[in-house]
Amino acid sequence: MSGGNGKSGSGSGKHTVTATVNGAEQTRDVDPRMLLVHFIREELGLTGTHIGCDTSHCGACTVLLDGTPVKSCTVFAVQADGAAIETVEGVAAGAELHPIQQGFWEKHGLQCGYCTPGMIMTTKELLDRNPDPSEEEIRFAISGNLCRCTGYNKIVEAVQYAATKLREGTDAADASDQEIQEMTA
Amino acid sequence: MIPSSFDYHAPTSVDEALGLLGELGGDAKVLAGGHSLIPAMRLRLAMPGALVDLNKIAGLSYIKEEGGELRIGAMTREVELERSALVQERYPLLADAGRVIADPLVRNRGTIGGNLAHADPANDHPAVMLAYGATIVARGPGGSRDIPIDDFFVGLFESALEPGELLTEIRVPTPGAGAGGAYLKFERKVGDYAVSAVGVQLTMDGDTCTAIRAGLTNVGPVPMRATEAENALASKTVTDETLEEAGRAAAAGCDPSGDLRGSVEYKRDLTRILFKRAVRKAMERAKGAAR
Repeated sequence: MSGGNGKSGSGSGKHTVTATVNGAEQTRDVDPRMLLVHFIREELGLTGTHIGCDTSHCGACTVLLDGTPVKSCTVFAVQADGAAIETVEGVAAGAELHPIQQGFWEKHGLQCGYCTPGMIMTTKELLDRNPDPSEEEIRFAISGNLCRCTGYNKIVEAVQYAATKLREGTDAADASDQEIQEMTA
Repeated sequence: MIPSSFDYHAPTSVDEALGLLGELGGDAKVLAGGHSLIPAMRLRLAMPGALVDLNKIAGLSYIKEEGGELRIGAMTREVELERSALVQERYPLLADAGRVIADPLVRNRGTIGGNLAHADPANDHPAVMLAYGATIVARGPGGSRDIPIDDFFVGLFESALEPGELLTEIRVPTPGAGAGGAYLKFERKVGDYAVSAVGVQLTMDGDTCTAIRAGLTNVGPVPMRATEAENALASKTVTDETLEEAGRAAAAGCDPSGDLRGSVEYKRDLTRILFKRAVRKAMERAKGAAR
């Protein structure tokens, strides 16, 4: 009962997992015991997602699973069958950094950078859900992501920078929509 | 750290899950949110031969009021409780706990059913549900049964669930007029287990405490009520003196072990303080509550 038997529902041996990762469908046969973080790093070669503590504490391995930030070291790859996964590699638009990444760049939101991919993924969901978070809400949201370098202040500033930039972008887009409507009215 | 090998099953109904549990026997473990089980498997503290994953079963995730109770589906994620307007407004004890269980990323996966079924005295929901006087609904091959929370925690990591049974729902009595609750947790850092934590649910008539239940977290080998502390306040006028007496009873009645989080003496005294603060907060809420 081993080796790519193509089962995705039940039983022993390998299971076929099909997931949409950063917009591209990926299919692999995996052992049930393979953790999602190993699937992402070793099967897909996306090593931007980091393994930090390996004990579900640090959040360095945070990815979005169907839009929700989760510790990918604490989910089995088989559980992601049919899911949409977003990793830090999917955040930028080609060569152009995402406003969150720009925030970490501009505000020096990192030193060693090990926690940064997880911080960015957690921030992404926060700002999707709450485009104008207070400092307290930011600190609460990232409290499952540990950073041992920055003391968090620079990370909070990076998130605030990104929030402002994203809101301005939305406003600008709204404004240009309005201009177009006015022009065509 | 990689878990040992196991067979993986993802049933899509409770009946199918119960069938699998019956078939697989004691070698199978139930996988809910996985944030206790998967770390234990990685450390090889748990090496089940099979996992029955409940995440593909629809209909086990809900929060609703019905029949004078709050009914919570076992697979409801902690984050859903944390963000539920119903819980925020009417179940402040549960809402308090919802913000301090592990960390936000863990709460995105962790479930209330898993938190309770794991029967870990360090988990937060056991004390909360002991304070509420909740009922656990379990389903087995023979049907469904209700387990009073006072009978649910049998030992360290041991609940009253029979082999082959699944926890499917938690029922919390809807607080009546004059009721209030609070959960106070002292932790070294976000994500850690409590050094001590106290959940209190009480009913006030003026300054008289007409009913009280209190649960304690991580100060004993089994999730426990602070029974003597409850007795010190029940049907009494709450004064600084009676409250101090009750706090001392909570400290004396618990059974902490000394570890990296503190000595036995420290944890007992912390429990005394937390108990008093939790009662005060619950009383404030009882007075302010419309119901």
